[in-house]
Amino acid sequence: MKLRMTALAAATLAALPFAAGAPAQAADPVKIGMITTLSGGGSGLGIDIRDGFLLAVEEGGGQLGGVPVEVLVEDDARKPDVATEIANRMVERDEVDIMTGIVWSNLAIAVVPKVTREGVFYISPNAGPSLLAGRGCHENYFNVAWQNDNLHEAMGQYVQDQGFETAYILAPNYPAGQDALAGFKRYYKGEIVGEVYTQLGQTDYAAELAALRDADPDAVFFFLPGGMGISFIKQYDQAGLNGEIPLFGPAFSFDQGILGAVGDAALGVVNSSQWNKDIDNAANKNFVEGFRKAYGRLPSLYASQGYDAAKLIASALAKTGGVGDRDAFRAALEAADFESTRGAFRFNSNHHPIQTIYVREVVKEGEVLTNRIVGTAFEEHGDAYAEECSM
Amino acid sequence: MSFLLILEQTLNGLQFGVMLFLIAAGLTLVLGIMNLVNLAHGSLYMVGAFVCAWVSVETDSFLLGLAAALPATALVASVVELLVVRRLYSRDHLDQVLATFGLILFFNEATKMIWGARPLRLDPPDFLSGTVELLPGAPYPAFRLAVILVGLAVALGLFLLVTRTRLGMLIRAGASNREMVSALGVDIDRLYTVVFALGAALTALAGAMAGPIYSVEIGMGESVLIPVFVVIVIGGIGSIRGAFVAALLVGLTFVWGRAFLPGLFGLVLEPSTASTLGSAISAMAIYILMAAVLIWRPRGLFPPHG
Repeated sequence: MKLRMTALAAATLAALPFAAGAPAQAADPVKIGMITTLSGGGSGLGIDIRDGFLLAVEEGGGQLGGVPVEVLVEDDARKPDVATEIANRMVERDEVDIMTGIVWSNLAIAVVPKVTREGVFYISPNAGPSLLAGRGCHENYFNVAWQNDNLHEAMGQYVQDQGFETAYILAPNYPAGQDALAGFKRYYKGEIVGEVYTQLGQTDYAAELAALRDADPDAVFFFLPGGMGISFIKQYDQAGLNGEIPLFGPAFSFDQGILGAVGDAALGVVNSSQWNKDIDNAANKNFVEGFRKAYGRLPSLYASQGYDAAKLIASALAKTGGVGDRDAFRAALEAADFESTRGAFRFNSNHHPIQTIYVREVVKEGEVLTNRIVGTAFEEHGDAYAEECSM
Repeated sequence: MSFLLILEQTLNGLQFGVMLFLIAAGLTLVLGIMNLVNLAHGSLYMVGAFVCAWVSVETDSFLLGLAAALPATALVASVVELLVVRRLYSRDHLDQVLATFGLILFFNEATKMIWGARPLRLDPPDFLSGTVELLPGAPYPAFRLAVILVGLAVALGLFLLVTRTRLGMLIRAGASNREMVSALGVDIDRLYTVVFALGAALTALAGAMAGPIYSVEIGMGESVLIPVFVVIVIGGIGSIRGAFVAALLVGLTFVWGRAFLPGLFGLVLEPSTASTLGSAISAMAIYILMAAVLIWRPRGLFPPHG
């Protein structure tokens, strides 16, 4: 017993200098926890976000903004319970300072409120559900991609501007799908001749396409992320509708990671995006070249978002030197003082982007399908939920 | 609601149905004969689609891809049967579910290591890429029509195999009474491997034909497995004939529900409510069908005797 007490005392004494000494953050790297989807369906998106983020870290030689960082990457397999468990571990055991990486809105809603309450900064490289932009906003939550509705709003504006009188719209029956159609209708004022909610994960759209042809609209707008979109576009083409009724959608179904699988069925389709590889600025050129060199493939929208998330963190760390002073770091993030791959970028009052949304067209460059910017839907576009956010 | 639209939706239902049948045939035999719950059956569907897509792109021929996908998947299935599945026949269903779920994870990761995480491209062959005018004013995708014909032909072939050949006799006997078959001196191990590989080849055919219509991506076999289980439960576990009838029933219910329920509700309700209610009920329709069949015939429509 006595021996044990002595040992305990010695251990306590030995630990003291560290506990009482100067803050050790100068030597400790800033810990960044990345939870993203690396296995199973939809893993292409998470892999691109990770690769984009790590490219920025590599460019800095393991540092962001001159501060050494340690990035812990974990796979959520697209499951909210797995993501929550990893988040708990990262916050409590690994004591991360910053988190990022989540692709899907339902996972973000499960993880973000909890970790931001614990004082961790969360930088979203993709998911931007309306809940986190409006009433559920938080001072430690930043979204560097978009609010979920933005690209759909842009498509609504474009279809309206092009003078299409009737539209047929579809999306999966889940929160992001309902947000998508609401976003489209916020700016499209023509007649909606069909509003269809499909099942999440549905791959066969024969029934919907037959009904669509029967309704004979002037334009079709759809939001079907991932494999659902690939199936839809192929079937749209096989049904002979391509070229008959123009198809519009957000960038997600026409992104670099997906176009290769869709093939020529996507040629000529107009879609909305805040980024494209031909946006002319130094940061973007450097990113597209660096990504291609490092990974041997063209970057996607998601890769650009992961890269920008890292660059945003770098800009704040360069100013503050660490995350020790939370208020200073937060103010530095709010300033968004970095060269975004998409050009002009600043944060709204709810920490979501105010940015330009472009209109792209799917084209063929040699043998490779990719996008080309053909117009602008919005300049300096914010989101509809900023007013509901009080922080 | 025109006659043409009803005809087109019926064809869509048939096409989805025969696809389900090709996947369900192998699964119902494995469950009926070996008493094995194989969750990894969907992974074989994925393997078929990936091999077909890969060979198609390399050789520029969908038919070569199709020709490669069937034996390749049957081979993969035989190896898996010898190494893993064989040890599971005598275990209880919980062990089987756990082990075959592990196989799903293995197949997903292996596929990613070989072909990468991005979905693959698979186009229909040129001569089937357009539409066919069945009746004037009713264009129908040629490839889907081909899927219906191939599916029906394979169903007929399988029916003949099961009813007219020695292998079929053993399969039927195995589904009815396993112990008796092995007691009569049949090499049951070999029969199991053959049935497993045959089921895999049928699934690969479904996967390869699904590729040009759907998307060839990791995890594609998991979502399709749920309606397939519904099919084999409705049809009666172990029955090819049951799987065929049930697959067409489920396919038609699935498509007709989505196509016509919102319109039917629209006759009595206002449009937005009708649309929401219609899509909600149509999502449930195949399960309602399954519950109704099970109340009427608890062992499915055509349970094997025994």
